[in-house]
Amino acid sequence: MTEIVKSITTPIRLEYVYRPGRATSRFLRGLAEGRILGQRCPVTGKVYVPPRGASPTHGVPTEEEVEVRDTGTVTTFCIVRIPSEGLSIPPPFVAAHILLDGADIPFFALIHECPFDQVRMGMRVKAVWVSKEELAPTFESIRYFKPLDEPDAPFESYREHL
Amino acid sequence: MAERCAVIGVGQTKHDAKRIDVSMPGLVREAALRALADAGLGFADIDAVVIGKAPDMFEGVMMPELFLADALGCSGKPMLRVHTAGSVGGSTAIVAASLVQAGVHDRVLTVAYEKQSESNAMWALTVRIPFQQAVVAGAGGYFAPLIRAYIRRSGAPDDTGVRTALKDRTNALANPYAHLVFPGITFEQVASSPMLWDPIRYLETCPSSDGACAMVLASEKAAARAPGRPAWIHATAMKSEPTMFAGRDQVNPRAGRDCAAELYRKAGITNPRRDFDVAEIYVPFSWFEAMWMENLGFAAPNEGWKMVCEGATAMDGDMPVNCSGGVLSSNPIGASGMLRFAEAALQVRGQAGEHQIDGARRALGHAYGGGSQFFSMWVVASERP
Repeated sequence: MTEIVKSITTPIRLEYVYRPGRATSRFLRGLAEGRILGQRCPVTGKVYVPPRGASPTHGVPTEEEVEVRDTGTVTTFCIVRIPSEGLSIPPPFVAAHILLDGADIPFFALIHECPFDQVRMGMRVKAVWVSKEELAPTFESIRYFKPLDEPDAPFESYREHL
Repeated sequence: MAERCAVIGVGQTKHDAKRIDVSMPGLVREAALRALADAGLGFADIDAVVIGKAPDMFEGVMMPELFLADALGCSGKPMLRVHTAGSVGGSTAIVAASLVQAGVHDRVLTVAYEKQSESNAMWALTVRIPFQQAVVAGAGGYFAPLIRAYIRRSGAPDDTGVRTALKDRTNALANPYAHLVFPGITFEQVASSPMLWDPIRYLETCPSSDGACAMVLASEKAAARAPGRPAWIHATAMKSEPTMFAGRDQVNPRAGRDCAAELYRKAGITNPRRDFDVAEIYVPFSWFEAMWMENLGFAAPNEGWKMVCEGATAMDGDMPVNCSGGVLSSNPIGASGMLRFAEAALQVRGQAGEHQIDGARRALGHAYGGGSQFFSMWVVASERP
């Protein structure tokens, strides 16, 4: 009875309702149609994907909707080789920043259909979507990105996005 | 700033993967009692307590400051909690200092801690749907692509990160409070350690630690009665910026450059590499030493790696960085920033023990947090400002 209790395990769980707001709703509805919708900052002209409804640099509403392509350029990436609690993807996998064609800010996504040692900065990629029947208002509508048979984008074309 | 402020007491715990010998209140109290003993004071002498830690989910205890109040002697006193992600240890000290500089209090106890073994920080830091695609694996997964971008931009040799890791792990051998200690560690051991988030290797990564740090900050009047040498605060600065915006330079963030510029202007620093004797910089992944040398103006853009490769940042270099072993050796996240500030103070007080830089008179303490978006810094010196 004199031994101290050093620890007890008390699991916690977080469950919450996410209200995306108008801009992100448009984006999510777009994903359900197989489209990627962004918004343009009226001051800088930069296109944000996903849109948040306001420009983070100028604090003004971003009302102009812009559809961007589902192709893009890998600006940088890492190869994740250890598991992380909260991620369902088994390692190893490639997590990349992808600058979609028509967007001005990179987007986080997985790269598949390519050996890890061949993923590179500047690589051109295209989204692989779930089937039409499975499309839904969620990021999961895009399964991953795969390499395009195109020459790499020059470093200068994406250096300001690093 | 109206009133002068000095660090008159510094305390820290032994940092470890699991401090199961103490509760959370016991952990913060261990650091606080050491800082008070160093200052020759007791809880009764303290006017206010300012506490900081990283997100509550790192322990799974909401608003832990409530149940830490009595362990820190806060009854009947103001208690404030600060949160600015990984930079919080630094910003907590700055908030505490501002209470003295504003003339509100004479002696403020400031404490920062994390007890990571009580929850899972990687889980807490892994952003999931609906906010973005769930592919970013903790802090390593977030920062590894930025390191790759730095390597590409700067043309730094691949072993730059290995060199910093070897240096900090060797420095940690002289710090009795350090969590990770690898006696006799070699370049080959670091270079051959497994890739976790390629290009970050295992031995180039900070640990998850339990630990706390505390300082007693005092007005000039109170510092005059302190038993030890004070470390005088010459300047403090904080800056922040959004995580994401088009064209954001995530490798060399503007908030960090602006924060350093303001700090140096206030402290009269014109050439940081010449004007500082030692620096404690927040380097959770080894490559960040080279990156922050540029962000902080010690090196020109894309040339920070040269300081690492030339040995300039080693204990015997011209600009020693992280003589304590740094965040790579001990990472109780909420305390990691305050440890940088406290180690800077120890250096200019001549109290850094085996990792003391002889005759250090002016030191930089630095912390950053979030997606390289919150910065806090201070300059401390042996002479009054």
